[in-house]
Amino acid sequence: MSHFIDRRLNPKDKSLSNRQRFLRRARDELRHVFNKKLKSTPIADVDADHAVTVSSSTTGEPSFRQATATGRRTVVLPGNTAYSAGDRIPKHGQAGGQLGRQAGGSAPDDNFHFILNREEVLDLFFEDLELPDMVKLHLNEVPAFKFRRSGYTATGPPANINVARTMHNSLGRRIALKRPPKGAMEEVAQQISELENYEQTPVIRIRLLKLQETLRRLTQRRKLVAYVDPLDIRYNRFEARPVPNTAAVMFCLMDVSGSMGEREKDLAKRFFVLLHLFLKRRYERTDIVFIRHTHEAKVVDEETFFYSTQSGGTIVSSALDEMQRVIAEKYPVTEWNIYAAQASDGDNSPYDSNRCQEVLEGGLLAKCQYFAYVEIIDARERDIFHSATNGTPLWKAYRAVSEKDSRLQMARMAVPEDIYPVFRHLFAKHGYAGSD
Amino acid sequence: MCASKGLQEPLFHGSDWNFDILRRIYDAVEEVAYKDLHLDTYTNQLEIISAEQMMDAYSSIGMPLMYRHWSFGKRYLRDEQLYRKGHMGLAYEMVINSDPCICYLMEGNTAALQTLVIAHAAFGHNHFFKNNQLFRQWTDAGAILTYLDFAKNFVRQCEELHGIAAVESILDAAHALMEQGVFRYRRPGRLSAEQGKARERERIAHAERTFSDLWRTLPSSSFKSYAGEAGAASQSSQEENILYFIEKNSPILKPWQREIVRIVRFIAQYFYPQRQTKMMNEGCATFVHYTIVNLLFERGLIEDGHMLEIMHNHTDVVFQPGFNDLRYGGLNPYTLGFEMMRDIQRVCTKPTPEDRDWFPDIAGKGAWLDVLLDAWVSHRDESFIRQYLSPSLIRKMRLFAVTDYASKSYVEVTAIHDERGYESVRSTLADSYDVSSRQPDIQVIGADLAGDRCLRLQHNIRDGVGLQEESRDATLRHLATLWGYEVRLTGIDEQSGQTVYQQSMRATPEKVS
Repeated sequence: MSHFIDRRLNPKDKSLSNRQRFLRRARDELRHVFNKKLKSTPIADVDADHAVTVSSSTTGEPSFRQATATGRRTVVLPGNTAYSAGDRIPKHGQAGGQLGRQAGGSAPDDNFHFILNREEVLDLFFEDLELPDMVKLHLNEVPAFKFRRSGYTATGPPANINVARTMHNSLGRRIALKRPPKGAMEEVAQQISELENYEQTPVIRIRLLKLQETLRRLTQRRKLVAYVDPLDIRYNRFEARPVPNTAAVMFCLMDVSGSMGEREKDLAKRFFVLLHLFLKRRYERTDIVFIRHTHEAKVVDEETFFYSTQSGGTIVSSALDEMQRVIAEKYPVTEWNIYAAQASDGDNSPYDSNRCQEVLEGGLLAKCQYFAYVEIIDARERDIFHSATNGTPLWKAYRAVSEKDSRLQMARMAVPEDIYPVFRHLFAKHGYAGSD
Repeated sequence: MCASKGLQEPLFHGSDWNFDILRRIYDAVEEVAYKDLHLDTYTNQLEIISAEQMMDAYSSIGMPLMYRHWSFGKRYLRDEQLYRKGHMGLAYEMVINSDPCICYLMEGNTAALQTLVIAHAAFGHNHFFKNNQLFRQWTDAGAILTYLDFAKNFVRQCEELHGIAAVESILDAAHALMEQGVFRYRRPGRLSAEQGKARERERIAHAERTFSDLWRTLPSSSFKSYAGEAGAASQSSQEENILYFIEKNSPILKPWQREIVRIVRFIAQYFYPQRQTKMMNEGCATFVHYTIVNLLFERGLIEDGHMLEIMHNHTDVVFQPGFNDLRYGGLNPYTLGFEMMRDIQRVCTKPTPEDRDWFPDIAGKGAWLDVLLDAWVSHRDESFIRQYLSPSLIRKMRLFAVTDYASKSYVEVTAIHDERGYESVRSTLADSYDVSSRQPDIQVIGADLAGDRCLRLQHNIRDGVGLQEESRDATLRHLATLWGYEVRLTGIDEQSGQTVYQQSMRATPEKVS
């Protein structure tokens, strides 16, 4: 007795939910591991599968196990070619090392390695992050509508006539009101013309008269009951529905002036790569405008922004001016959520910091939903600038703005490890802020 | 059919298989198994699966149905990773001790390999499951699938009712104590998936129906009497099965939590015989496939090329590198089992004087099949080795015993394959196959339910082998979660009777759910 069953066609991914449970459990630790990983991997590589290792703290499965390095144990091994009873084998020798390991049994390695796929990586990475205040705008102002078909209406512009529906109504009315078909009328007309060719006897004349009377009635009826009556006509109806206004634009402002060394530029770029990735992942319809500046600012494409080198003096306000120009040109405030992220080392021409403050307060910040300023400082400076009030002129100027208007948020970073915490700090969902 | 001289038609040509060929192979193997080897098996259910499904099966400890738990996901991720990188091959088959006996066959196997695998799993393992006394006494092959089905649904319902996190914390804790969740000396109760559970459900439903908030306001005298009773009972006797003790006596567990502990305990119990008989089980299956395939070959049912392929795989399976080989990973249970059974065959048919000395009962009597069938029924690894490991096999495998003192910088060879060493090697090897020697001996020695409700455990330390402290403490924490109050583990050296360590743990307050 036996039977065969072909299970290959069974639904796949039987273990999927167990896998998800495991990831959920390891979540905190995974996030921590990732944070550390950013030190070594270029951030652009976040966008890929990742091998990760989690330690036993959350995903260990403890049990009462015998410790390896205690007590006395006796084992039987195969393949003895050299020893006789009573021999002593040092534990650290060539063969003894093997022996020692075998006899003791290797310590169970609770560290656990596995591969996360890209989706899981990004989910983990951008968990609990959002562009702030996006929702607020769309709830308050509902600036955009999208028209969608919804049923029919009896009135409307001719362009919206729904022919099929109209003819449908027309046919029903014609049948109900007994509009004579064209064929019936033609038949009568035919008979009349035939009779007219005959000799006009009284009998024929009477029949002719009757037929003419019929034809007249038919014609009249057809005139009375129109083929298409205004009553029949139906128009497509469109309903205006508000669409969530996720039209958002992110301005990435980066200082590439001479004072920004390789390290600073690298940090700034990494920050923007992360931001770029985040926007691509979460807000697919978001526009991104890259502006870089020295003593003058320029809108550049992604490639240039991240990879090309340029140098010069520093006038930070030039970037703000450029941003304002682009907003005026392409992104009307009524339609767009405007965000900005700026990275700089805090160096600026004298007096320009005040000008930056004026530009921001003079309307630019009001146009933005959110403005994140990241200052890249020297690792040594971190100790000096540990208080938020102290800092470069630019920092102080921004600080003054930030105190009045919470849409401007600022953070400092000194080493690659800071990037992710700073990023999380700036883009954490409300209620999650301060978790770092 | 005919054991006559005329060779029969080969069962298949080429390496491809289809279900007709599988059926032909199965029938041919079955005939040899029943007529020549007198095997007695459960009905076979052979399932063709893909690599992914094999990994699914791996991750849910080989069971076709399992409740959901993150640790299975972890196992799957690890196996998948190893498999993708080529560090791990997948088994050609997997077999489940159930009635009907479920055998998984990998779709990638060639026809020759399927022959081998069917003989190995569907007849070798199957026979062992059905006949070995450990399996007969301690597991219930007919009930396991329905029981697992019940377990899976029960856990799912609990997750819906009480939340995944609450169920998970109980499962985590119970899993940590799985090894201490088996009866080693006392026969466990039958799995009664249907009736018992129905009763349990009814009791819960009744409690819910008749729930009255007024009861809460009464002074809890009833609880005291319960506690006193249970406390008195449990204080008097030791209990080796910690999970059982928890299930029956824990002051804080709710009925559904007790039921989950019970499920984990039953599953642990179900696997207990497998661990005690791994070597014999694999040896039996390997011996059976070797014998069957050779008989098929003699009768012309398998072509020469296929036979070479089968033998190639067979030798891979029974490969035993020496202890100083880089590939060495312990004694291969397939090798040892297979060699011992072949050795019994040899002793029965072509004994040497030495064999007549060592095995007067069977040497030269010729009835090797009866001896093997009997051994498969009545032995486990440890007793099988003690009974049948012969000097000639010890010489052949060049077995030797070493003793390792943690305190010394060398290991000492205590016995080798010589006249003085045979007995010692044999009994040392047998001891090392005794499951209880590989596990720490930890027992409940009492719980003062009427007093401070401290659960007291004792670890009898054999040969000075202690516990890994980190893992021990984590496990105790899990135990405290289940117990709800303080848990105290005392390590006592078996020889000297001295207390080596004492560790106590309290339940973390937020865990009480």
